[in-house]
Amino acid sequence: MAKSQVAMTVNGTTVEALVEPRTLLIHFLREELRLTGPHIGCETSHCGACTVDLNGKSVKSCTMFAVQANGADIRTIEGMANPDGTLHALQEGFREMHGLQCGFCTPGMVTRAYRLLQENNNPSEEEIRFGIAGNLCRCTGYQNIVKAIQYAAAKLNGVPFQEAAE
Amino acid sequence: MIPGSFEYHRPSSVQEALGLLAKWGDDGRAIAGGHSLIPMMKLRLAKPAHLVDLRDIADLKGIRADGNDIVIGAMTTQYELIGSNLLVSKIPILRETSLQVADPQVRYVGTLGGNVANGDPGNDMPAVMMCLGATYHVMGKAGERRVAAREFYQGAYFTALEAGDLLTAVRIPMPPAGHGYAYEKLKRKIGDYATAAAAVVLTMSGGKVASCSIGLTNVAETPLWAEEAAKILNGSSLDAATVKRAVAAAEAITAPAADARGPAAYRTKMAGVMLTRALARAKSKAHG
Repeated sequence: MAKSQVAMTVNGTTVEALVEPRTLLIHFLREELRLTGPHIGCETSHCGACTVDLNGKSVKSCTMFAVQANGADIRTIEGMANPDGTLHALQEGFREMHGLQCGFCTPGMVTRAYRLLQENNNPSEEEIRFGIAGNLCRCTGYQNIVKAIQYAAAKLNGVPFQEAAE
Repeated sequence: MIPGSFEYHRPSSVQEALGLLAKWGDDGRAIAGGHSLIPMMKLRLAKPAHLVDLRDIADLKGIRADGNDIVIGAMTTQYELIGSNLLVSKIPILRETSLQVADPQVRYVGTLGGNVANGDPGNDMPAVMMCLGATYHVMGKAGERRVAAREFYQGAYFTALEAGDLLTAVRIPMPPAGHGYAYEKLKRKIGDYATAAAAVVLTMSGGKVASCSIGLTNVAETPLWAEEAAKILNGSSLDAATVKRAVAAAEAITAPAADARGPAAYRTKMAGVMLTRALARAKSKAHG
């Protein structure tokens, strides 16, 4: 089958490649670009481990073909840190609030939470839980993930983070 | 899981897309958001040799008022339905339903056209479209025709669409101002299809039901329009005895499959429970 030429921006860098139309975006990112942050979890668009930010939307990259992303602007977990190399507020939040245990879901959680905070910079706990409903974590019970996102929202808004009383 | 090989096409107009679909016949398949089709392709349950991606067709996008109707382009996403002020003010049941479809990532790409055209009885929008009396704009070899949502669904994955047809837009008559509405969906978890769900749109006048329409999701091979149940409710105050009769009439037209969501009898009963809740909530929202 003829390959297609694609060009896209990934973490601020333009990449060009020849892809088979059936190549899924997640496989292209991981195997061609060697960006192994986005994970393959369920492969059935349920778990969200493969989430990347694409043209300002959170997208499950296991349910999109690379050829469909021709022309797109993509950000993965590898492009999340600040330009000076320090951690993004969300990454810092996940570390400070123990928002991960095994870490498998974390890249998807962080990229999804990034878009959530872009759309709503001060979400309630309920809004956070609804906003990350497409990302499954099998370790944490979500409590600390929610706290990590609240921590990041507070930091980005320049206000002190106060943990809710339990 | 890797799909079979195919050739990829990305037309920029409806005419171009129709030409490709006509050219490739049964070997061609249109792709909208892809969240039903791509999983099917991974499982090799769908093996199109030519994939016609509709994402660049501007004419398939957008939400506009046209007289007493709202016309929504087929490629409008659930995310865009949720964010539309026009819909929130005129047909708020669409936002309420969209928020119950799948999860945030899927709603960014999942489209109204794909949801209603695919013929999956688990999809939420078809029953809502039957409830609202929507009409689908279908382009095919002989030009455009319009098919009522209530006549569109023939069986699981079988619809009035024929090879080479493209559903381009959904036309919905605006319910009267002050109408009440609700979409009640029972599901095991976020992202799941309904165990059973019920859509209700009604108007009240002097404490009595002036008009009522009911759709049911995922309790038969097709979405259901519960015409008889709605007739029973017309003119009533939605008193408990009348609601009970209407719910029995709605349950009587269900024919769910037993699956991981529960045995058939349970799903029928849950359709009744969802309808009871939807009626109560719709009534509480209605003026008049």
